[in-house]
Amino acid sequence: MAAEQLFDLTLILLLLGLAGAALHTRSLYTSIVLFIVFGLMLALTWARLGAVDLALAEAAIGAGLIGVMLLAALARSAADSTSQPARVPLSISLLLGVLVLALLIRAIQPLADSNSVLPALVDTHLDESGVSHPVTAVLLNFRAWDTLLELVVLLLALIGVRQLGSSGMALPPTWPLLRAWSRMLAPLTIIVGGYLLWRGSHAPGGAFQAGAVLAAGAVMLRLAGLLPAIRWSRWPVRALMLGGVATFALVAAGTHWMGDGWLNYPPGWSKQLILLIEITATLSIATSLTVLVIGENEHPAP
Amino acid sequence: MTSTLIYLCGGVSLWVLGLHALLVHRNALRRIMAVNVMGSGVFMVMVALASRDSAVDPVLQALVVTGLVVAASATAFTLRLATADPLDEDDQERK
Amino acid sequence: MIELNTWLCWLSWPFLLAGLFFFLAGTVGLLRFPDAYSRLHAVTKADTLGLGLLVVGLSLRSDSWQSVAQMLLVWLLIMASGATACQLLARYQRDADRVDAKTIQEQPSDGR
Repeated sequence: MAAEQLFDLTLILLLLGLAGAALHTRSLYTSIVLFIVFGLMLALTWARLGAVDLALAEAAIGAGLIGVMLLAALARSAADSTSQPARVPLSISLLLGVLVLALLIRAIQPLADSNSVLPALVDTHLDESGVSHPVTAVLLNFRAWDTLLELVVLLLALIGVRQLGSSGMALPPTWPLLRAWSRMLAPLTIIVGGYLLWRGSHAPGGAFQAGAVLAAGAVMLRLAGLLPAIRWSRWPVRALMLGGVATFALVAAGTHWMGDGWLNYPPGWSKQLILLIEITATLSIATSLTVLVIGENEHPAP
Repeated sequence: MTSTLIYLCGGVSLWVLGLHALLVHRNALRRIMAVNVMGSGVFMVMVALASRDSAVDPVLQALVVTGLVVAASATAFTLRLATADPLDEDDQERK
Repeated sequence: MIELNTWLCWLSWPFLLAGLFFFLAGTVGLLRFPDAYSRLHAVTKADTLGLGLLVVGLSLRSDSWQSVAQMLLVWLLIMASGATACQLLARYQRDADRVDAKTIQEQPSDGR
């Protein structure tokens, strides 16, 4: 027991140290690298806390894709201006931080011992949901609305980024070893993505994790110059991006029309409908994240 | 001190750390990272609450999975906004 | 059969300890070595060897062939991606060094 808590404490201290270093290191490049390491350690924390779904998603999205986005933004942005005076005086910010910390810790302490009725509730209804993994059941059946709206948020972010114009990220030159290794990894990411999607119905995994892994693979291929530019103007790209939300909305409307109410699947059909939504959502998430990360680059690598 | 409490306090500390950095820094990328760290703190509180019983709470975990994708979308959009200024100046020059 | 398992367990300790030692050595090298190339050298070589030794040690302790195969696959993937990433970083460093060398050569001529 004591050994476990020692591990927990070490992990938390490491996370806090990494976050502090990432936010306050002088060089912006170093701080982005530290932030990526922070994301990886966070994935380890989720695994320690028994949230394997989350650990998979965090490793692919939090550490991988956000890291690429930050580095690309750094390349686009002007020089770091740490010499500017702080927005809020350091002493006031520290005082406020300590005050808020004390208040929040006092507020959160009783929560550690209270119990939630939700796990038992999910357990009793798991048989009706059409899948046997509770997290997937919550995501795509009990609280399917959240997932639908999440796909809409992803689409909105994509539209917003598009409105701001092409990011014009210049691709670095590639060389044979990188291309060869990317070629070898590409089928592997497809296998892993497909496996995660298939596994989602009965074990940790599912549309988000699979989509994130596929997006990571696509970003890698694009950076190695092996994939043509993914442009909105091509109709397959558009169909893939809109497919998730469209299928989800159609299913919602269909179930409403059948008389069971929005997103209340008719009995016996849950599994098929969930599978349909998951496959289209995976492709949608993969394409959207890819375009969010690398943009619709007009200049392919030489 | 139980493991749950350690992670709850850790999540709160991460949130406050992010808040402090958000208040102190001027650089847009740093402030976006600070918001992300704050988000990670909230996720950590939620995941710690999800695993406080022997039966893991799937609702909270599912919410965090959703939140992670939303956070990534928001980060992508804000990063694009933060680095959009030079392009605007180009546009104005062209006019 | 139990005896074999205890033997394997004891046998795994030297591998695990050696693996940890190489990880530690690689990290010390990363922190202490003077330039990018030697740091890359320390990290990629020592960590790959350390991870390999850990995989051997853990394989001796595992119950099923499946987990052994999984660990082996992880090791192979990390070896290959480590080699690629090392090349990537070294190439960027070399390019940066070339630019530096050019500017150093050019600076005196600008002054004259």
